[in-house]
Amino acid sequence: MSSVRVLVGTKKGAFICTSDGQRRNWKIDGPHFGGWEIYHVKGSPVDPNRLYASQSSSWFGQVIQRSDDGGTTWAPVGNEFGYASMPGTHQWYDGTPHPWEFKRVWHFEPSLTDRDTVLAGVEDAALFKSTDGGTTWNEVAGLREHASGKDWMPGAGGMCLHTILLDPTNPNRMFVAISAAGSFRTDDGGATWKPINKGLISNFMPVPDAEVGHCVHRIAFHPSRPATLFMQKHWDVMRSDDAGDNWREVSGALPSDFGFPIAVHAHEPETIYVVPIKSDSEHYVPDGKLRVYRSRKGGEDWEALTNGLPQQDCYVNVLREAMAIDTLDDCGIYFGTTGGQVYVSPDSGDNWSAIGEHFPAVLSVEVQTLA
Amino acid sequence: MLRKIRVVLPYHLRNLARVGAEVEVEVEGAERATTQAVLDALEARYPVLRGTIRDHHTKERRAFLRFFACGEDISFEPPDAVLPAAVAAGDEPFLVVGAIAGG
Repeated sequence: MSSVRVLVGTKKGAFICTSDGQRRNWKIDGPHFGGWEIYHVKGSPVDPNRLYASQSSSWFGQVIQRSDDGGTTWAPVGNEFGYASMPGTHQWYDGTPHPWEFKRVWHFEPSLTDRDTVLAGVEDAALFKSTDGGTTWNEVAGLREHASGKDWMPGAGGMCLHTILLDPTNPNRMFVAISAAGSFRTDDGGATWKPINKGLISNFMPVPDAEVGHCVHRIAFHPSRPATLFMQKHWDVMRSDDAGDNWREVSGALPSDFGFPIAVHAHEPETIYVVPIKSDSEHYVPDGKLRVYRSRKGGEDWEALTNGLPQQDCYVNVLREAMAIDTLDDCGIYFGTTGGQVYVSPDSGDNWSAIGEHFPAVLSVEVQTLA
Repeated sequence: MLRKIRVVLPYHLRNLARVGAEVEVEVEGAERATTQAVLDALEARYPVLRGTIRDHHTKERRAFLRFFACGEDISFEPPDAVLPAAVAAGDEPFLVVGAIAGG
């Protein structure tokens, strides 16, 4: 009997929600690490009981927790993230040069082939790698040494590397995204990186189509088609069919093309999901209605998914890490809100119900499909 | 002569280190009972606290934490300044205090 395990990171701890394949009745376990910000919890695809959690606070800094039993017990591992070098500066909010300073881990991406290997995307933007289960961390230095680094700048949430995509067909290729620098690709296992932002237009920038500086919020792909990328940018939903070399806008008639997460259906590579947010000045859903939008054509044509979601007086946000997809048939879609609700649709988005409605503000949602 | 120094940790660090409100660490000699020596001993005994009170590399105190001893804020004393005799004698604790802020 299949089951799912939903890993929820919040402003005040982590929660682990489990259900059978029906995804109707849920057991909620937590809070783990109560009172701490949990930016991300993610499991290894090689060993689903191996979980990594990013635990942080402004008071006490970064702690990395690891579980080897699916989240029942945890142990702290290494929390030393030393930059390999200091290749100059990046831009500060006021445009002045600013040195890189480690603040927190935003995202873990466990290896597709080795349970002890995991990548971490951090603020200030850099990529780190551990090959010993999180005990020690070393920077993948080629990314930050790219010549454009001096022009990267923080978004409102900090200068974070928040997206890491591993190409399952090519172990030397991966994609990352940074706010506010843009997206980057390596084709040599991380030694060198190329900005892949051609076609992005960001009107807040002095040069709207510059090579870097774009506030990319999230990138997603279907594992069977890793050269087709979908992006939720600060404004604009974008698509690339050549591994990021060129992008085109596919926002269509969305009520707003501002938003944070984007996700791809597990079994339909052209079915994608976004959650429109009113604007970059008003981070809540438009018209008081919480609506997920689905396109079955890879963008442009969108339909609102509302069954079971609040359609009046709702003013929550859905952050970039807070949407996930399971691989059951029918595909399950999950997302969490800044209002503390975590919703599930067990039927590709047609119908929704709450797993929990009173969590702390949700920072991240991941789901594991278990045998 | 080894000196036992009492250390009081804030709530979240107690939970992280899985200890009670107060722990003891040992430093060599009253004249070596300094903030740096106490934190070195604390981190050696509880490695999970490395990086949570002071920076891994610079050893600078994290901005939202302060150190107190005998009712005095000693956060801005040099890290190698000798702690008050009452702390070195184990009569008074060395306090790590988190800023009262945040939601």
